[in-house]
Amino acid sequence: MTWASRLVAPFRQTTGFARWILLAGMLLVGIFVILAVFAPWIAPFDFAQVRYPDGERFPKSAPPGGDFLLGTTTSGSYDVWSRIVWGSRTALEVVAISVILSVAIGAPLGLVSGYLGGSLDRMLVLLMDALYAFPSLLLAIVFSFLLTDLFGGGIAAAGVALTVIYVPQYFRVVRNTTVSAREATYVEAARAIGAPKRTVMTKYLFGNVVQNVPVIGTLNAADAIGTLAALGFLGLGIQPNEAAEWGYDLQRALDDAGAGIWWTGVFPGLAIVLLVTGLTFVGEGMNETFNPTLRKRRLRPFTLPPREAVAFEAGKGQVDL
Amino acid sequence: MASAGGSLPRYIAQRLLLIIPMVFLLTTIVFLLLRVAPGDPVSATVGGRLSEAAQAERRAALGLDRPLIVQYLDYLKDVATLQFGETITDNRAIIDIVQENGGATLTLAVAAFIVALTIGLPLGMVAGRFRDSAGDVVIRIFGVITYAAPVFYWGLLFQLFFAGALGWLPASGAASPITIFEVEERTHILLLDAIIAGNSEAILDILEHLIMPACTLGLLLSGIFIRLVRVNVLQSLRGDYIEAARARGIGEVRLMRAHAFRNALVPVVTVIGLQVALLMSGAILTEATFNWPGLGNELVQYINNRDYAAVQGIITLFAVVVVVVSIVIDIVNALIDPRVRY
Repeated sequence: MTWASRLVAPFRQTTGFARWILLAGMLLVGIFVILAVFAPWIAPFDFAQVRYPDGERFPKSAPPGGDFLLGTTTSGSYDVWSRIVWGSRTALEVVAISVILSVAIGAPLGLVSGYLGGSLDRMLVLLMDALYAFPSLLLAIVFSFLLTDLFGGGIAAAGVALTVIYVPQYFRVVRNTTVSAREATYVEAARAIGAPKRTVMTKYLFGNVVQNVPVIGTLNAADAIGTLAALGFLGLGIQPNEAAEWGYDLQRALDDAGAGIWWTGVFPGLAIVLLVTGLTFVGEGMNETFNPTLRKRRLRPFTLPPREAVAFEAGKGQVDL
Repeated sequence: MASAGGSLPRYIAQRLLLIIPMVFLLTTIVFLLLRVAPGDPVSATVGGRLSEAAQAERRAALGLDRPLIVQYLDYLKDVATLQFGETITDNRAIIDIVQENGGATLTLAVAAFIVALTIGLPLGMVAGRFRDSAGDVVIRIFGVITYAAPVFYWGLLFQLFFAGALGWLPASGAASPITIFEVEERTHILLLDAIIAGNSEAILDILEHLIMPACTLGLLLSGIFIRLVRVNVLQSLRGDYIEAARARGIGEVRLMRAHAFRNALVPVVTVIGLQVALLMSGAILTEATFNWPGLGNELVQYINNRDYAAVQGIITLFAVVVVVVSIVIDIVNALIDPRVRY
């Protein structure tokens, strides 16, 4: 089996809902990836641009249409569509940083902690449990409050602030899988032939305990988009002069709600919803596919032969004998 | 059984004892992050606004000129006595903020929980019972969307529609100024005060203000309930006892209600404990959206003023509440489900 066919094999085993949801999710995420990668070509203006090239200022809170596909904002008269396009770049960059960092920290830590056990394990578990029990938004608030104060509200600072809240999840999952896999026969066999701890962990355990990581990673990415927007909404995270951020735009749009200006809030919010939905769909679709307890395989319809016919056949058989 | 009787109190004692290290760990983390890392909270908070001398005075008043270890021990003592310190920008004791604004947060949380249960339990049950039917797909998509849309986006949409376009409900705040003026403050819970006063107009006004925030936060939680109830109904429907009940000829409705649903609820209770964290995050955002005068709104104000001491105090308080509630839920769980104790 080649790598590619092994990768699509579970996908082909999916049926109905799981397959549909996986496809829909990949489509949604794909759209935002395209927006993010080609932002300079897709967005008509820069995210902080408020004037035409000839120096004329954009109209304030212009309704959708004309030069401004989705209108302009009330505070600052930015182009809403351009900020959405640039915002998808911000969102995906921050999420990529946080997911990669938290897997890179959480998974090895969980593996080592679970395999070696002892007091290191107990301390890490307590620390991670404490972090995990803490409301994730509060944790993100604390870290981003601190990091924006110390390093400014850039993409890296936001990515690191989000990393902290996801590390415990990878740690817990990988650690718990490691603890149960540690006693498996193949690990015992590896130990018996004298494999050092390092080899057992990297060659034998690693591939077996990271199976859940892609699913968690995708679901965390969805969660991270929401948390980043929440931080922006509360005035933390990405600062407005650094990059376009959907949550910040939504907060600015709150005051418009009473004045009948709907386009400043509805569209950035829709972008959040679509991207989070897309990522959640991909995660759920993968979960239903890879998780054997949830998976429903395609079954061939099978009908029993009619009863009379069987009796008749049986009778005939006796006669023949 | 004697051994079983003895294990429950021991389990409870173990869980209760766990509160101490958990709270200790969290307060230490918060202290390290918000007191030690920024260097000096006073200059970080009011650096540009006060003279050097005034800053030094403020530092001395807050005890920030002492060695860190002394400050840390003092802070632990504060937490142990539920004091949580004082703000830098306006010299309020954190405990006063809790008293004045905690009621609004509690009102919002309870109302949101009621909304979430009313929507989440029936929808989750239907989705679980009729797996992969059109209804299941619609309900699951609803669940995903309530989870996918940030709670403040729901709030904004509600405001646009019910306050802006239709003009049915007030856009923000906990009550009209006249209500706040009229209702005498007794319990710090506005709705309760109005009920005690027997002021029906004020009660109506408060409820009108409560509808949108409660539905916003409730919707967020309902998505979780739907997912949970659905998965648990699916799992309990697979149980042998369901097969057995069906074989005994028990009708589908009764089967669902008396056999599958009740067992599916046990794990849901567990997860409600974890939802306290979500509820708290959601409450902060909902309060910020609707300018709801609760703890979350205060926290946001102090964040914007860069008041390190206030943020530290409120966050520590939240942490303590979460730890205590989650451990209490653990204990409740042990009481409901004997398997947990072993």
